[in-house]
Amino acid sequence: MSSWLDYTINGLIVGNVYALVAVGLALIFGVSRLINFAQGSIYLVGAYIGWVAVVQLHTPLPLTIIVVALAAALVGLIIERFGLRPLQNSVRIAPLLATIGISFVLDQLVMLTFSPNPRALPSQLPDVRFQIGGGTIGPLDLLIAGVGLTSALLLFAFLRYSKLGWAVRATAQDRDAAMQMGVDVNRVNQAVFGIAAALGGVSGLLVGMYYNQIDTAMSLQATLKGVVAEVVGGAGNVPGAVIGSLLLGLVESYGVAVFGTSYRNLFAFLLLVVVLVLRPNGLFASARQAPPEPLTGTFIAPSRPVRIPRWALLVVLGVFAILPLLPVSLYVLQTLINAWLLGMLALSLTLVAGTIGQVSLGHAALLAIGAYTSALLSLNFSVPVGLAIIGGGLTSAALGTALISPSFRLRGHYVSIATLAIGEIVSLVILNWEGVTRGPIGVSGIPPLSLFGYELISPTSIYWFSFAVMVVLALLQARLLGSHLGRSFRAIRDDDVAARAYGLSLNRYKSLAFIFGGFAAGISGGIAAHLYSYINHETFNTQQSILALTVVILGGLGNVVGAVVGSVALVGLPEVFRIAAEYRILIYGIVLLLLVRFRPQGLLGTI
Amino acid sequence: MTTNAFSSAPLLTLSGVNTFYGQAQVHFDLSINVARSHIVCLLGGNASGKSTTMKIILGLVKPRSGDVSFDGASLLGLTTPQIIRRGIASVPEARRLFADMSVRENILMGAFVRNDRDAVAQDLERMLALFPKLGQRLSQRAGSLSGGEQQMVAMARALMSRPRMIVMDEPTMGLSPLYVDRVLELIRTINQEGVSVFMVEQNASLALEIAHEAYVLQTGKIVLSGSARALKDDPRVRDAYLGGAEAA
Amino acid sequence: MAIAQAAPLLSVRGLTRRFGGLTAVDAIDLDLAKGELVSIIGPNGAGKTTLFNLVTGLDRPDAGNVSFEGQDVTGLSPETLAAEGIARTFQLGRVFGNLSVMDNVLIGAHTRLRAVKPAVPLIGPLLELGLALLRPANVKAEEERLREEVKVILSRFGERLLPRIEQPAYSLSYANRRRVEIARALALKPRLLLLDEPTAGMNPTETAEMQALVAELKAEGLTILLIEHKLEMVMRLSDRVIVMDEGKKIAEGAGEQVRTDPKVIEAYLGHGLSGAADQRESAA
Repeated sequence: MSSWLDYTINGLIVGNVYALVAVGLALIFGVSRLINFAQGSIYLVGAYIGWVAVVQLHTPLPLTIIVVALAAALVGLIIERFGLRPLQNSVRIAPLLATIGISFVLDQLVMLTFSPNPRALPSQLPDVRFQIGGGTIGPLDLLIAGVGLTSALLLFAFLRYSKLGWAVRATAQDRDAAMQMGVDVNRVNQAVFGIAAALGGVSGLLVGMYYNQIDTAMSLQATLKGVVAEVVGGAGNVPGAVIGSLLLGLVESYGVAVFGTSYRNLFAFLLLVVVLVLRPNGLFASARQAPPEPLTGTFIAPSRPVRIPRWALLVVLGVFAILPLLPVSLYVLQTLINAWLLGMLALSLTLVAGTIGQVSLGHAALLAIGAYTSALLSLNFSVPVGLAIIGGGLTSAALGTALISPSFRLRGHYVSIATLAIGEIVSLVILNWEGVTRGPIGVSGIPPLSLFGYELISPTSIYWFSFAVMVVLALLQARLLGSHLGRSFRAIRDDDVAARAYGLSLNRYKSLAFIFGGFAAGISGGIAAHLYSYINHETFNTQQSILALTVVILGGLGNVVGAVVGSVALVGLPEVFRIAAEYRILIYGIVLLLLVRFRPQGLLGTI
Repeated sequence: MTTNAFSSAPLLTLSGVNTFYGQAQVHFDLSINVARSHIVCLLGGNASGKSTTMKIILGLVKPRSGDVSFDGASLLGLTTPQIIRRGIASVPEARRLFADMSVRENILMGAFVRNDRDAVAQDLERMLALFPKLGQRLSQRAGSLSGGEQQMVAMARALMSRPRMIVMDEPTMGLSPLYVDRVLELIRTINQEGVSVFMVEQNASLALEIAHEAYVLQTGKIVLSGSARALKDDPRVRDAYLGGAEAA
Repeated sequence: MAIAQAAPLLSVRGLTRRFGGLTAVDAIDLDLAKGELVSIIGPNGAGKTTLFNLVTGLDRPDAGNVSFEGQDVTGLSPETLAAEGIARTFQLGRVFGNLSVMDNVLIGAHTRLRAVKPAVPLIGPLLELGLALLRPANVKAEEERLREEVKVILSRFGERLLPRIEQPAYSLSYANRRRVEIARALALKPRLLLLDEPTAGMNPTETAEMQALVAELKAEGLTILLIEHKLEMVMRLSDRVIVMDEGKKIAEGAGEQVRTDPKVIEAYLGHGLSGAADQRESAA
């Protein structure tokens, strides 16, 4: 029987680990106003370097920690130099997207090198527990606490007494003014990325030892936890990040004590959403600050969209419509079915991220809601599949919008964090709400697609069905963009302050965008459920959200034709070049990075 | 004081500078000289391109064409920290202190490019003699000071790098009349110690009181320039600068 | 003048806004009668724009209140105030960069959309979505009518904007962006118009055009609150001038009266330099 003291100790220890990640995020946010989504990947790299050192090189513990810190710092420096520095003069969305791309590339490289199977990371410390009060504490707990405390002291001394530390603080407070004092902000960035990465890497090592297991799923979890802790403490606030981390550790630990392990993450993300909504500047920020400066046109690059003549669109549409009648292989049809399903998701995301400027990173949750609704409606209530899918779309529109609505008052990078967390919450609710969703077992035996009583089983019929649905959704969306709503959405994206001053309610129009987009995504998820016949809480994961985002950037933000072209390109090209499945995510990550760097407006341009 | 600014080799020269923000042109063939040990003032209304001129000198914005040279060497292609190391210090618009750092830390940040610790410590003492009020405030958060006190810190901070030239962006903005006088007096003092000053001001009458030469900038073009004494009595300053005559 | 008027259109009492240790707007009182044009002058950083933000709901006061047409509107959202008929332009020019000139100005007419925005509670937004997709005849007609109206508004600027009507706003010159902002404000059919330095960055010819336009709007009966640094223009246009310094109102009255007020000369024009006031150089 564990005591409350045990849960408290556990909470503080885990909080210490989060702090190592969160402090790095806070430092980076401080000097470059960037939420580094690649922080978890560095943590992952740290864990695996630690594994190599411990298991293969048999290094002693102090050396292991030093090796991990140095190697991770090197990774951080490389990310800063080659991933982010070239984007210094780009629009603000660019570095955010770049860190997402970098994170995918790093995670996949680790996975390709070490395989996705979990590995054991022995702790190298004697397995004894000391009794204190009603609880126990082990040497590893002490090590983690020691590393946490030492890092905090070193960091404090660095910021307080070293010249570079002064430069970091000055840059965090006023980048331009720091430059005018002669501070080389590139060096500051380097220093900060190096320190953040070293701390993150060591954190990964310690966590691996703590649970005696490492796997590639650690990365996203670490980023999310670090971001939660950092935002709770106030973005960019280093001591705040430490306190936020300890708080998060305790909340999780007590939550687990009361409700069970599978709820751990749910508490973290709910804490994040609550803080973002009630105190978006963190728990310790002063109540009201000067209103932000105008950000007109800085978030999304101005561009002139490529105009495609109507006849050309019609010709291409016609070719795809009659494709099954032509001598093409089944394989091509199946690939294109996937492209059309992704296309529906991309249409949804391009509206939300591109047209109204809410860069959602949790879009797969809308797929999941649509898929589960449609599957359960047809299974439990024998609703005809066609209607069930529409039910999925409507539920996704309503529920998705309601869930995402707390993020409506946020801006920029915060929207991305909030939607990412909300996406995770949806997946965790699906996992835990066994009475309805069947929990981890998933839903199987979902009836196949059918329309008016006719089952659509042949690839040809499925092709036509999904193609037709996507085209209808695309036409509707194009019509929407041509209406007063299209211009209202785009006005809110370009300058939400000016938009409000002209009577545009942000809640109303963001809701409408998510309702429309949620419907398209829900339909896509519904169709997928009936195609796959089995779904579980991991079918629609963050990878799909990021894939959709890559498609949207590739096609051009807000660009309807671009979303479809991007989908065909990203689904089709890897098939054409016969790229093995495990390399695809890597390639998507690289494509995202290259786009952000060289063609931020995408192939067809932002609308 | 009697030497003509345009005859001696100037310390800072902007020649034929054209600057763009996106597609909008901010500077049209801008040429400005700052003579050694002179105070030169750039006058103009909001959005006339004054602050961008500062950014050009400091390397924060790159001109599309033209040249900027300091002491005979071009500054184009140098980063801001490199330009600061050449001997230019900045008092930015709205002070831009490091609000959460102490006054002492702020002043010492001005010496960031220097490595002679002892001399820096001496200079800090010198600043406290020049700005006696700051002595009691050294450990306070800079953000907690009044606007006038912040301006003193910003000027002390700029002097700490032992610059040959200081560029100041609207040093009197938002200050009470008492501090406006004080700031102008200090600019004169600094200048008498041999530091050249290039300042952007909206407040023409005040600026012309202390400047040697002045330029009037209007929608990115220099419409008038000459010695401050001459310009002070020139009705065209008013017309050009206020857009008065034609608007009337 | 003040006696003849009934309750003022806009009335501000004790309005105060603090940022940290700085009081940006300090107990400001202000009345604006219907059809009046009042200018606010004062050095940069005096709190003029913050005052605009407080009146238009973009910022909330720490103390004091704002009433519009006798109704207390303190702390209402900018959306609500826009619907009440308050329109403004921004000091730094906040156009919607990726929208065409036409769309920018149409956004100005947003609060006047009727056919496409049924005033039904709760399901109103959904009906709006439906109507936007279906576009029945009355919605189309409303849109057409507004587009024609936009062209009329743009023709106030001669050939400055009409030929660029389909161009994205980011491609416009600085002065044209300011014009788009004013056109957008006019499309709201405002009952109160707040102009924040409409001539910033304009040369004398452009300034003269803008001055003529503002005079025209005033002659048409529009109530205007103007922040402006070009004193010449302020003197010509204003019924009254309010001088702000360090968040406080330090003088108020007719243009000439304010200009000769020793307090204004000392605080704003500086130094009590003889002749400074006549030269009006401190403007800005």
